[in-house]
Amino acid sequence: MTVPKARTLFDKIWDAHEAVPAGPDHPAAIYVDTHLIHEVTSPQAFALLRERGLRVRRPDRTWATVDHSIPTRFVEGRPAFLNRATRHQVETLERNCEEHGIPLFRMGDPGQGIVHVIGPELGLTQPGRTIVCGDSHTSTHGAFGAWAFGIGTTEVAQVLATQCLLQERPRTLGIEISGRLGVGVSAKDLILGVIRKFGVAAGRGHVIEYRGGAVEALDMEARMTLCNMSIEAGARAGLIAPDETTFEYLEGKEHVPSGDGFADLVARWSRLPTDEGAAFDRSLAFDAGSLEPMVTWGTNPGMSCGISEAVPAPADADERAALDYMGIEAGRPLLGRPADVVFIGSCTNARISDLRAAARVLAGRRTNPATQLLVVPGSAKVRRQAEAEGLDEVFRSAGAEWRAPGCSMCIAMNGDRLSPKELAVSTSNRNFEGRQGPGGRTVLASPVTAAASALAGAVADPRPFLEG
Amino acid sequence: MEPVVRIASRTVVLPADNVDTDQIIPARFLTGTRRDGLGASLFADWRRDGAGELRPDFPLNRPEAQGARILVAGANFGCGSSREHAPWALTDYGFAAVVSPSIADIFKGNAVRNGLVPVEIEPSAHRELLARPGAEIVIDVEAGTVSLPDGGSARFELPAFARRCLLTGRGPLDFLLEQEPAILRYEQGNDDVAEAR
Repeated sequence: MTVPKARTLFDKIWDAHEAVPAGPDHPAAIYVDTHLIHEVTSPQAFALLRERGLRVRRPDRTWATVDHSIPTRFVEGRPAFLNRATRHQVETLERNCEEHGIPLFRMGDPGQGIVHVIGPELGLTQPGRTIVCGDSHTSTHGAFGAWAFGIGTTEVAQVLATQCLLQERPRTLGIEISGRLGVGVSAKDLILGVIRKFGVAAGRGHVIEYRGGAVEALDMEARMTLCNMSIEAGARAGLIAPDETTFEYLEGKEHVPSGDGFADLVARWSRLPTDEGAAFDRSLAFDAGSLEPMVTWGTNPGMSCGISEAVPAPADADERAALDYMGIEAGRPLLGRPADVVFIGSCTNARISDLRAAARVLAGRRTNPATQLLVVPGSAKVRRQAEAEGLDEVFRSAGAEWRAPGCSMCIAMNGDRLSPKELAVSTSNRNFEGRQGPGGRTVLASPVTAAASALAGAVADPRPFLEG
Repeated sequence: MEPVVRIASRTVVLPADNVDTDQIIPARFLTGTRRDGLGASLFADWRRDGAGELRPDFPLNRPEAQGARILVAGANFGCGSSREHAPWALTDYGFAAVVSPSIADIFKGNAVRNGLVPVEIEPSAHRELLARPGAEIVIDVEAGTVSLPDGGSARFELPAFARRCLLTGRGPLDFLLEQEPAILRYEQGNDDVAEAR
């Protein structure tokens, strides 16, 4: 009698998607269940298809939205595109989708939004699926126990043409997270803490599985925030075993079957979690209980510290250069450092729970007049929900600008950007040099830390606003 | 894609670790719909100051760096965004290889698919290259070796398929298109996962 080998969640998804197993001279061809595309990384892929006379093989497994370069402001009812190039990108996607029969969520469409916000909302993101997109934050969808990863544009063309990708099998990295998050400490602080401890290259060559009590306790939106920044830890994908929290979130979503169909799916999804005794290629452990709200002081997401901690002395030339770029002195906390802009948005932190958390801090208060507060919902659906709850009024009364959904100042392609030397406290995912505008300085933080900083006009601890 | 078998060139050294793709090509240059012409924006904010003038002390701007086709960079090169514009900008500028102790996953794959050779070498060999900017070295893709300034050589690994892509100029798309019957069989056995639309 053969005993079935204990497998990890990732192993099970891999095994189920080998359309062509690896051979002596080629890696495996992995079947892609769901392909998401957007305006910035797809035009050259469609051009490649045209050059080769190829068609989109499975338009029914392909979904398009506009998010990266679109404006979040309207002037006289019209989208205020930054320039002709960004408008042309959007029009190119529209033409390509029309030509190939791909559904597209256009600006103003009730389903439009940031690609990693709408996939889960629509129920396209499901446990056990393979999901790819020409965007590194595709790791977000791993929160559902899907294997989801970012790809380049040539790969976008491969998926459009064949629905497959050649993949060398990644190694697995289990990160066991114990302890309980304190008041004012969120999944954003957790992932920043993990990256600080293990480094921005810790996950290179690996798929991360986040596990343990602290992960199980997170709701789906917090799990998405955690998986979203796996790429900032160097891993193309990060995933979490599906459980009751996952099933409850998915039930009733547009593309999730109901009734018996749903029960069948739940039965199948329940077999996905990592088997007892299955081995990861590498294992790490992290204690979430000791975390406080985190802020970054440098120019990569590993350069962070607790909000009350002093910025550490630079350990090498890169850290010295980072402090110099940021105009930050080591040896004292970032607290009180003036903020020109506070940005609440992005595929990391622009879901309804993020906006609710920020609104709780801002309710009945006014932002510092020296600080611009930009609130950009992750999708049209999030925007509608927020408006139904009156959150938009909370934001406006506090002095914020309430914008239309998109990536906005996370990637700063659409005109929402910092001026040189301006500092933003931002709920986005990257504090790279110039990420939010040439010469701009980014402090990554959670939605509540960002909201508290908008009130103070400076980097602030959110906890005093959350007590009592 | 042109086959790449052997690269002989001087090096340019950019020693920083964790050079991300936002530095390789800032997002404001991603608004196009073409693959070519991005070399002018390579390392835009490091090569040029706020007024658009070349910074003379940036390694790529030095006279001895002109025409060099091998970039020697720090660890975790190409981390961050999946933008394929990063290797497009590097190859359009004239680079044929990036040498580093470690190269980020997505960038590495994007590089191979554009004929840019990702060369990951041991830290000791890397230190030697860092110490000798402008050294004339040879990267042999078939043998998987890099000649070092001191006369020695270092090995680098590439998955067999990636090596063949570089040597033949034939990318994964051709291979995948040939797999159509197997892909169809797979779909017939597994299409219950699909959306019915």
